[in-house]
Amino acid sequence: MAALHFELVSPERLVRSGPVHMVVVPGTEGDFAVLAGHAPMMSTIRTGEIAVYTAAGDTPERIHIEGGFAEVSEKGLTILAEKLEPVTTH
Amino acid sequence: MATLKELKLRISSVKSTQKITKAKQMVAAAKLRRAQAAAEAARPYAERLEGVVSSLATKVGGSSTAPRLLAGSGRDQVHLLVVMAADRGLAGAFNANIVKAARNHAEALLAEGKTVKMLLVGRKARSGLIRQYGKQVIDYYDTSGFRSIGFVQADEIAGRVFALYEAGDFDVATLFYSKFRTALLQEPTAQQIIPVPVPADAGVTNSGAVVEYEPDEEAILADLLPRNIKIQIFKGLLENVAGEQGASMTAMDNATRNAGDLIKKLTIEYNRSRQAAITKELIEIISGAEAL
Repeated sequence: MAALHFELVSPERLVRSGPVHMVVVPGTEGDFAVLAGHAPMMSTIRTGEIAVYTAAGDTPERIHIEGGFAEVSEKGLTILAEKLEPVTTH
Repeated sequence: MATLKELKLRISSVKSTQKITKAKQMVAAAKLRRAQAAAEAARPYAERLEGVVSSLATKVGGSSTAPRLLAGSGRDQVHLLVVMAADRGLAGAFNANIVKAARNHAEALLAEGKTVKMLLVGRKARSGLIRQYGKQVIDYYDTSGFRSIGFVQADEIAGRVFALYEAGDFDVATLFYSKFRTALLQEPTAQQIIPVPVPADAGVTNSGAVVEYEPDEEAILADLLPRNIKIQIFKGLLENVAGEQGASMTAMDNATRNAGDLIKKLTIEYNRSRQAAITKELIEIISGAEAL
């Protein structure tokens, strides 16, 4: 399966950009997962954690974000977040 | 004519000034590189957000329920000027240019009979405008305590602007800062931030794909507009920092060169007077010997 192009952007810099398997996003109206080929959508994000799965079955990389916005287009998933910090795995 | 000793003193004093300006120039060059990198790193976020906001704004813009930040308050009476300048001088006309742009704008508005209010950011904005517009300045944000400008500061400035807008204290807000073109060229810019200007042709770029909105277009727009304004302020701050360092570098380069010219001139004068003194002494000795 094709990889999803994922970009995470903070006001200060482009935090990461590259192919991933799946990203779980805490949308305002509920969490949703984005895989490659997802239908175009825009959603605001509530404060919470996004989970980035680099490959299927991997342990996800968790990043805490505040005040964000997600856009899925044919180019991939872009998340704009005002504040973000990686969560250390427990 | 100055004595030899005086000239010597002056040369050494200009030399030490030159050392200072040279050091300041190199510091500015190093800081400029960092500021430029920061401004560039902030670009992706601003570009993406702007793209989304303008496409949403053209969609929602016409409806009567559009957010107030987009539609405006329906009046055009009270103008807020957000003037952002640096904290330090020694940067040529950098701060003066921003202040001048703001002053011209304010004078034009006052001549039209509008009310002008000001929110100042940076020490030099304050010192440049407070005397003339003491009554109009309603708020001052001090940036001198921060080592580097980050998003936090933009967030706080935007917070004050929003609070004023919510309270109905102004109708139109304009941001004044210096656009960073090159290290040699900074351009004082006035940019309207509230109500958010809607670009005329943004809707065309939308692809045909049906985009699903969650919750819905207007809610997203209402959420994104303040964020976009914050980003505009942040961008202005970053460009200001880069511009200040660029202007400072140029000014210090000029100062170093002027000091060099001055040293050259003083050295020539010193040598000439030394020569003249020697000649005079010789003449005295020779004429003394001849008289015997």
